[in-house]
Amino acid sequence: MNLQTDPSKGDGADGTQMSEADRDSIVVRFAGDSGDGVQLLGGQFSQATALDHNSLATFPDFPAEIRAPIGTTYGVSAFQIKFGSRMIKTSGDSPDVLVALNPAALKVNYKDVRTGGLIIVDSGSFTERNLKKAGFDVDPREDGTLGEHRTIEIDISALTLEATKQFDVTQKEALRGKNMWTLGLIYWMYDRTTDATEKFVAGKFGAESPVAQANIAALKAGHAYGETAEVSGDIQQTRVAEVEFAPGEYRLVTGAEALSWGLVAGCELAGIDMTFCSYPITPSSPILHILSRLKNFGVTTFQAEDEIAAACSAIGASYAGNMGITASSGPGIALKTEAIGLAISTELPLIIVDTQRAGPSTGLPTKTEQSDLFLTVWGRNGDAPMVVLSARSPGDCFETAIEAVRLATKYMTPVFLLSDGYIANAAEPWMIPSMSDYKPFPVSYRSEAEGFQPFSRDEETLARPWVKPGTPGLTHRIGGIEKADGSGNISYDPENHQRMTDLRNDKIANIAKDIPAQSVELGNDSGKLAVVGWGSTYGPINRAVANMRDAGLDVAHIHIRNLWPLPKNLIDLLGKYDKVLVAEMNNGQMLTFLRSQTRQDIDGHLKVTGQPLTIKEVEDAIRARAQG
Amino acid sequence: MNVQVEPAKLKAKDFASDQEVRWCPGCGDYAILKAVQMALANMGAKPDNTVFVSGIGCASRFPYYMATYGFHTIHGRAPAVASGVKLANPDLDVWIVSGDGDALSIGGNHLLHVLRRNMDVQFLLFNNEIYGLTKGQYSPTSQIGQKSPSTPQGSVDAPIDACTFALGCNARFIARGIDIQAKDLGHVFTRSRDHKGASFVEIIQNCIVFNDDAFAHFTEKKVAKETQIHVVHGAKLIYGAESNKGLSIKPGAFELEAVTIGENGITEDDILVHDETNKVLASLLVAMKPPAMPVALGVIYCDPAPSYEQAVKDQVEAAKAKGLGDMDALLRSGNTWTVS
Ligand code: SF4
Repeated sequence: MNLQTDPSKGDGADGTQMSEADRDSIVVRFAGDSGDGVQLLGGQFSQATALDHNSLATFPDFPAEIRAPIGTTYGVSAFQIKFGSRMIKTSGDSPDVLVALNPAALKVNYKDVRTGGLIIVDSGSFTERNLKKAGFDVDPREDGTLGEHRTIEIDISALTLEATKQFDVTQKEALRGKNMWTLGLIYWMYDRTTDATEKFVAGKFGAESPVAQANIAALKAGHAYGETAEVSGDIQQTRVAEVEFAPGEYRLVTGAEALSWGLVAGCELAGIDMTFCSYPITPSSPILHILSRLKNFGVTTFQAEDEIAAACSAIGASYAGNMGITASSGPGIALKTEAIGLAISTELPLIIVDTQRAGPSTGLPTKTEQSDLFLTVWGRNGDAPMVVLSARSPGDCFETAIEAVRLATKYMTPVFLLSDGYIANAAEPWMIPSMSDYKPFPVSYRSEAEGFQPFSRDEETLARPWVKPGTPGLTHRIGGIEKADGSGNISYDPENHQRMTDLRNDKIANIAKDIPAQSVELGNDSGKLAVVGWGSTYGPINRAVANMRDAGLDVAHIHIRNLWPLPKNLIDLLGKYDKVLVAEMNNGQMLTFLRSQTRQDIDGHLKVTGQPLTIKEVEDAIRARAQG
Repeated sequence: MNVQVEPAKLKAKDFASDQEVRWCPGCGDYAILKAVQMALANMGAKPDNTVFVSGIGCASRFPYYMATYGFHTIHGRAPAVASGVKLANPDLDVWIVSGDGDALSIGGNHLLHVLRRNMDVQFLLFNNEIYGLTKGQYSPTSQIGQKSPSTPQGSVDAPIDACTFALGCNARFIARGIDIQAKDLGHVFTRSRDHKGASFVEIIQNCIVFNDDAFAHFTEKKVAKETQIHVVHGAKLIYGAESNKGLSIKPGAFELEAVTIGENGITEDDILVHDETNKVLASLLVAMKPPAMPVALGVIYCDPAPSYEQAVKDQVEAAKAKGLGDMDALLRSGNTWTVS
């Protein structure tokens, strides 16, 4: 996240009782059937919120099934947004407001709502049949299930039909406007205008089309309902003050967008064309979709026949002199492993984007996890070192992607670029960088025939020369069989294998000189407790550490981007704290990894529910270790 | 005086690298290597612009012996690596060398896709009906009953015919040759290179160590003329030592039959003319097997279509022609706001 933050303004511990109007941040969760358009609703509300100068973070959470049976709990799609007048670092622990468009959405989500929170339900969808499908034996509105929450029932279905009846649309089409009606109401609740969404709808369906008109009518009807409801006092309007962003131009960005753009920017800085080869997989596919529209940047995209072919064709492209990039998730990364070994052995640049998801095997395709650390750092046959980087937030994906291109081309090595399902889909306000702020790192290809050896090395980087096939006088052969140091000819010589293994290792280890030293995100560079994180846990850890420091605890936050090679000072730095706590969304991979690098006693807060860490659980983990 | 000097025409040996060739003595691969080097010289190919990509197996050592660019990759994946090479630089002349295990077993999927996409590469499949490098296990082209270390009682695994597979993958160029027929191979290689799009060439290759004489029943000199038919576009499908045998349509059936001119009232007029653009004919020709039918050799099918990497390149160029990308503008597309 490149927003200026003031750690003194911490989130109130979630769960405390406040009315919306008192809070400087609000968490709203929209939930409905996967066909209800909840993600679109959330996306529109995020845009409007950003344009009103609130800080925000989002968490789209959708089912793996494209269209699960209507009304079932496993077909529920949700979108959570936290927004406020101060810097937002997570999408929020527990919602202040839940909008449930059917009983199943209520069933899945009501327990998360904070005590005293507001639940808005579409009463029109609470038919006996839908209640049964959701697994409610008794109507939860009647048996006290929702007792500690304020519940408002609105027949959104009927009101949407009423608002759209004058247009030439089918009942089914009209009902699809439920999300627009809801959006209108929420816009009113937080004092936002419907303008941008009206424009969006008109642009999408054509201003004159009955579908567009019906949707806009539903949107306006929802907004108008809010005003009338206020009169009756049911719902209150809340105005969230503008946040004080550092001066600059901003936009909303998701991790998938920032990562794709960062790769293109990196190639531009390297002065090289990109060949992006990938195979569709959740949640990695958006990168392929985004890049396939950027051909005017010299980007070639290739939807390969499988994950292996995607990795191999990217290697072929790098061999031919382009920046070969492949991307995948979970099982797709596992399939690429052998090819990555080839890129290590032939010392070719390659970037593998791993948008991590819950595993093992198919796991939970749409749920987030950080469980590919072992796979990416250690998961290959042979001694096969390579660079591994991890992005911490949607905006940080841009910077990390540029760094991936720089290291891959400078050191002739594959680079793993880790993101995860949460970062990929979440949106945050991002201060748009200017390309002139980045120093170009142009690649150079060998063309000099005199004294050429395919496996000679640059003294400083230990990288071998990059030769484009087609270069006169430099024909040579490379492959996955062990190569003689220098000539690259096949060699079964024992000493040569030792030497080449050492060289490959040294080349990667040497990169530690060329990466930033590990910094401390928050707190002192020594003390009682350091919380170590990597990747998308940045937000909750940072906020939790800030809150606990406010509460007087001696705790610091360290966040690792360079997973391999590690920053040179990291192990010494960790040694300066009495205790080290790793907080991560896996069963202890960074924990085991750091323990392998140091004799220090390191402890972990580990979670694999497919959901991001919450601020509260990290706070609890800190309290348990830092007090006393 | 300013004399325009023609670069000296390269010879076959100019395509040979300095590496010692390490196939078993007597392996059919030697003859194929020589034939490729000779053909490239005759075509006027440029070593600097030529790339050989291979997978894993005996045949896949091929690139090391060529004085061109070469990439020895991983098992079965040569078509995928070659596709990346071709996408990045369509001007390169890319050859893939593979074997029956590499191409049709572990790499079957990639062979399918490189062919149906019509990537402009030459795919040479050395078919010896055995796994050589791993010491003699049966392969996906081995015949039923083949005894091998992994099938001591004989294989019960139904084989695939390589050219039939390629045709099923919508390959637009299919040819077949025999390791020891250098001249015919040279012709096939030249045609395959001239063909824009994926060219598939099956080369019958003898593995002298693990499957010697597997093809002797049609490659031995004394039977060759009666068991091989060298097809030529526009010419009658005639073969035999006396050139009196031919292929015709079996009356009342949708199949080919081998007939003898002068017998049973058959005249030359009854013999089919080879049309290499006819896919149905090609499907009948590739499936012919001795003893009932001769083995079809030469260019069996050739029906060009636009190549994949060209179409991809066209899209990139068209996008660029509309205006080169501007990163700063891209980052600022859509809704933005300014804080001052
Ligand atoms: S094992 Fe067979 S195919 Fe392999 S090199 Fe020896 S003879 Fe040739």
